[in-house]
Amino acid sequence: MLLKELTEASGVSGNEKEVRDLIISEIKDYVDSYKIDRIGNIIAYKKGKDIGKKLMVTAHMDEVGLMIKDIDNDGFLKFMTVGGIDKRILVSKPVLVGKDKLPGVIGAKPIHLQKPDERTKALNIEELYIDIGARSKEEAEKYVSVGDYAIFDSEYIEFGEELIKAKALDNRVGCSLLIKLIREVTDISFYAVFTVMEEVGLVGAGPAAFEVNPDYAIILEGTLCYDMPKLDTHLIPTYLNKGPAISLIDRTTIYNKDLRNKIVEIAEKNNIPYQFRKTSMGGNDSGKIHTTREGSITATISVPCRYIHSPASVMSKKDYDNTYALLKEVLSQFKKEEL
Amino acid sequence: METKVFLELLSNGKGVSGFEYPLQNTIISAFDKYLDDISVDKLGNVIGVKKGTYKDNEKSIKIMIAAHMDEIGFMVKDIEENGFIRFTNVGGIDPRTILGQEVIVHGKEDLFGVIGSKPPHLQEPKEHNKAIKMEDMIIDIGYPKDKVEELVSIGDPITIRRNIKNFLGNRIAGKALDDRAGVAALYECMKELNKINHEVDVYFVTTVQEEVSMAGALVSTYKINPDIGIAIDVGFGATPELPRASTVELGKGPAITLGGNIHPNLRKELVKIAKEYNIPNQIEVTPGPTGTDARAMQITRDGIPSLLLSIPLRYMHTSVELLDMEDIKNTGKLLAFFIASISNENLEGLLCY
Repeated sequence: MLLKELTEASGVSGNEKEVRDLIISEIKDYVDSYKIDRIGNIIAYKKGKDIGKKLMVTAHMDEVGLMIKDIDNDGFLKFMTVGGIDKRILVSKPVLVGKDKLPGVIGAKPIHLQKPDERTKALNIEELYIDIGARSKEEAEKYVSVGDYAIFDSEYIEFGEELIKAKALDNRVGCSLLIKLIREVTDISFYAVFTVMEEVGLVGAGPAAFEVNPDYAIILEGTLCYDMPKLDTHLIPTYLNKGPAISLIDRTTIYNKDLRNKIVEIAEKNNIPYQFRKTSMGGNDSGKIHTTREGSITATISVPCRYIHSPASVMSKKDYDNTYALLKEVLSQFKKEEL
Repeated sequence: METKVFLELLSNGKGVSGFEYPLQNTIISAFDKYLDDISVDKLGNVIGVKKGTYKDNEKSIKIMIAAHMDEIGFMVKDIEENGFIRFTNVGGIDPRTILGQEVIVHGKEDLFGVIGSKPPHLQEPKEHNKAIKMEDMIIDIGYPKDKVEELVSIGDPITIRRNIKNFLGNRIAGKALDDRAGVAALYECMKELNKINHEVDVYFVTTVQEEVSMAGALVSTYKINPDIGIAIDVGFGATPELPRASTVELGKGPAITLGGNIHPNLRKELVKIAKEYNIPNQIEVTPGPTGTDARAMQITRDGIPSLLLSIPLRYMHTSVELLDMEDIKNTGKLLAFFIASISNENLEGLLCY
């Protein structure tokens, strides 16, 4: 399963090489051209019917993670977060450090030695560190350098009713969908772009959009899902198993209504379940893409992911399949010049 | 079997306090080869005996060595409308260490799940500095309510899903090393004893329910009625946030506890033996009851002279407990040499106040 390889690969923002190499090996035989631009984006082109309008489909390759900033005198590693990580998710987790994926753990003070009120306070990043079992600073320095990246140690697992647990589903799920589109959609021209550093401020998307200069762009994402019980429905951004989430608005984009309505129409006509993403929180590459050069018309279609940005995020295979089905129909409508 | 391999089986195995039976076979099949007899008592303690060389069986000295096999974990409390499981803790767990963990719910079958809560994006900024309470977390096993109810019952135990990993040197990290590391030290000890003569009968006990009540140690000590009781547990390994004085160091040998729970002369003898055989060791000071099986032993029947050895371990009661295999080896060795040094001739004197 490609999603297994994609989610288990290491690709913290700014360090996407492993993911990029994997994607290139998966797409190179199916595209007419591809290049890696100067900041690390993959820009691929697939030639089919040309309708005089440029379509770009994008997914970001990077994931949130950690970066080593110091090695203390006893050989413990101090770190910074890269991208939006809730500090409370880090405690008592295994991690993999550096290129050689050295195992480490983020430990915590034994409960026996805590005062009761300590347990009500979140631990700050400054209080946390990674333990690789080194006996001294010198030993740690043999294996780790300041600036090394660390990722969550989390394997891809299928469980429950057609669910998947993995790290980095945001946004390897988008990468996986885009790879599948490249491999299976053969009759329409489009640009497939895999961007870098989305999680640290939509860095890769602007230069990629400048280069491609699209008329339309579709952004593929893994997005917030919080379908907890006993909650007012308006507080639930997306549900698992209710199909692809179509964005209305987020922190970086107010989505074009005509394109959005067209996508909804396509979903309804083809009996593909869909939902709207009911929150304005969060943002994605669309923010940069729709404002680059003279602007473009964008839409974001996402697979709902529970516990996003954690070592164990969860998505549904049914949602994945329905998202792919919708995307395929959207591209085929684009070909008919009806988008 | 190599002790490290045995410990890996134990640590990856499942046995929340009160539900230790999945570990029985692993322990019995490893211990069996070295012991004269092995049995399981009413509460689930595994009790093995290695006979000594003393001629008169009736008058043989009995030394009991105990390590607890239970682990902290969770229990199913309720099933929500959408199939999410509400849970509570078994044993002392800091709720801050469980968010985002993978778990196994031991229902009709073992079911994979994830501990989730409200995502940070949907919380007020001031909430970000507060720890999330256990009652605000859920376990997601990915099934709708009717299916969950078919597979899971209120009261089912839950363990963290974690496989042991090798770290630099001879160090390892994983869950439940408190106190499966002690069980591994028992295994090391019987291997050592196999190579040397010992006069006393040795009772190896892997106890149940230490994390909640020490019930296992209480009843097994009563049954065996040993002349000396030795508990093997884990001690707080030194880390940056802990005061040096409350910790012991990894790789520097077992910590020998000193204090009211411990028989003073026997402890001196233990330190003497360590010195004699050049086995590294440290001191752990606990003036009152130790909160280990040694406490239960000490106050069983009319009182049992007790000792406590602690294997240094970092991040106790998390799922990433980290230790040095060398310390387990040295604990087993020290135990064996100490046992071999006790005889019908010298015990009386050692137990004098």
